[in-house]
Amino acid sequence: MQTFDLAEQGLRALNETLQGQTQNTNETAWEVVNAKGSHAIAVGLDAPIEVTVRGSTGYYCGGMNKQATITVDGSAGPGTGENMMSGKIVIEGDASQYLGATAHGGLIVVRGNAASRCGISMKGVDIVVEGNIGHMSGFMAQSGNVVVCGDAGDALGDSCYEARFFVRGSVKSLGADCEKKEMRPEHIEFLKEILTEAGVDAKPEEFTRYGSARNLYNFDVDNAGDY
Amino acid sequence: MTEHKIPHTTPRQSATFTQDVNSDIRRAAATGIYDIRGGGAKRRVPNFDDLLFLGASISRYPLEGYREKCETSVTIGGLHAENPIELDIPITIAGMSFGALSGPAKEALGRGASAAGTSTTTGDGGMTPEERGHSTKLVYQYLPSRYGMNPDDLRKADAIEIVVGQGAKPGGGGMLLGQKISDRVAEMRNLPKGIDQRSACRHPDWTGPDDLEIKILELREITGWKVPIYVKVAGARPYYDTTLAIKAGADAVVLDGMQGGTAATQDVFIEHVGQPTLAIIRPAVQALQDLGMHRKVQLILSGGIRSGADVAKAMALGADAVSIGTAAMIAIGDNDPKWEAEYQKLGTTAGAYDDWHEGLDPAGITTQDPELAARFDPVEGGRRLRNYLKVMTLEAQTIARACGKNHLHNLEPEDLVALTMEAAAMAQVPLSGTDWWPGKPGTGF
Repeated sequence: MQTFDLAEQGLRALNETLQGQTQNTNETAWEVVNAKGSHAIAVGLDAPIEVTVRGSTGYYCGGMNKQATITVDGSAGPGTGENMMSGKIVIEGDASQYLGATAHGGLIVVRGNAASRCGISMKGVDIVVEGNIGHMSGFMAQSGNVVVCGDAGDALGDSCYEARFFVRGSVKSLGADCEKKEMRPEHIEFLKEILTEAGVDAKPEEFTRYGSARNLYNFDVDNAGDY
Repeated sequence: MTEHKIPHTTPRQSATFTQDVNSDIRRAAATGIYDIRGGGAKRRVPNFDDLLFLGASISRYPLEGYREKCETSVTIGGLHAENPIELDIPITIAGMSFGALSGPAKEALGRGASAAGTSTTTGDGGMTPEERGHSTKLVYQYLPSRYGMNPDDLRKADAIEIVVGQGAKPGGGGMLLGQKISDRVAEMRNLPKGIDQRSACRHPDWTGPDDLEIKILELREITGWKVPIYVKVAGARPYYDTTLAIKAGADAVVLDGMQGGTAATQDVFIEHVGQPTLAIIRPAVQALQDLGMHRKVQLILSGGIRSGADVAKAMALGADAVSIGTAAMIAIGDNDPKWEAEYQKLGTTAGAYDDWHEGLDPAGITTQDPELAARFDPVEGGRRLRNYLKVMTLEAQTIARACGKNHLHNLEPEDLVALTMEAAAMAQVPLSGTDWWPGKPGTGF
């Protein structure tokens, strides 16, 4: 395990070091101490390494991540995992707004709650939240999955495209063009797999699926009031 | 008996309800939806034609054309970036997306810009290998939609342009209608084929200047502080937007006036939101000067730049460089009268064709239709763009030499006068024949 003291060595050195790890690095385990809510921790990584951040992080931790597994041993600030391509981010505490914004792939797991606009404009990432998610989550979400073991706030999935939302608890309200969908066997199967991968103990049968009604896919003046 | 005829007045058209206005009303009444089109503001607004250069006189001596040097190079992004962009000419190609434009059209822009020693810019839809391959200097736009956004392409860019706004539609997002969503466009944008693709009007993971500062930090950390980061804003509140972009850490500010084009948005938006390009320069330059950042953070002006005279005027008012979009499209063949018969079939005429979102462009530029796109020759298009950029540069140099300047950057407001009160007020240069402009300090106006 390599330990990196952020307060001592600075952000530039941290990201340069982590970004410098190659596909075949034998230094696969990293620990970042003294995170103290700093922004842009462990961004732009592209190697199969494991990074554990002790303490809470500021904006954009794990931004544009590829391959790496990043664990935040605290809570995470806005835009964590934004535009992630692959790999995994685990947040032991709560996640702030815009979690996984526009992310293309990989898995983000939140042990606590995620705030508003969780999965905004997501393009293929999977997000699993053990607690609740805030309002406008999944806004304009294009593809991927959001799995919520608790409740969802107002306007879930507003103007979403092909992303899917699985919520175990209540949904305060659905956003424009988002509707409740049938749970088919392939959805149960998917949940089984993703919950196992996320290390979450929940029964797939207890979830309800939501997704796009596809009524707003092509502009129609008769739907103008829904926009 | 003699019959007396009552004389009629000549038929009189309303200045309020013009034929154009009436056709808008009839179109709205027939369709129930607003008009969407491409391009920038078509209405007349005060512009660079309202300014004149004074040239040399007894107090200023000129430089010899073709003999005495007049430099045109510009460096963009030297403030924070390890590798600033060095351009031979201060005219860049503005962001236009693959999706809005065909692949060959994007290739032509890259070829022309590279041959002229300048940069081109991606657009809403990501970076294509053809575009990267044909552009020696490529600016990668970081847009609210983040279509096609990925760290590998980001690291291939020579600069990153965070797009906050666009002159044609300050505060507006975009819409690529289903007709133009080919398999390749759909794949790059992670969306189903044939649906209308909305581009968000604001970024999904930041709002406001404090967040922007952190976003810039993140992008610099991902790209190792190597490439410049521009911030593009519409000409809405140029003094404050420029101030805030600098405060957030931008290396360059791209400022786009209302004549700047868009691939597609509502006509009402294009014509009624934003400010003329002429009106936005001086407040932006003032912001740079107030912060001691003029010539340190570069100002790139766009929106209706057409000629070397426009380039020279923009630079005299304090811009470091300009950017062209619509003019570049015309140079490579957009709206060419040789397609008049086909424009007529589409109910329009050469010069007025602006339904780019429909993907039926006879010139094969604003389309994803393979047959139409095949009409366009990217090598010839690139050659035409290079020629046009060269001519603009020569024109700007001609004017600069006449004003006694050995670099385009040495042009100054004192070289200019205005033909109208409006232009005098906006450019803060004297009304021709006077030493006064509206708002001139100490004049009581």
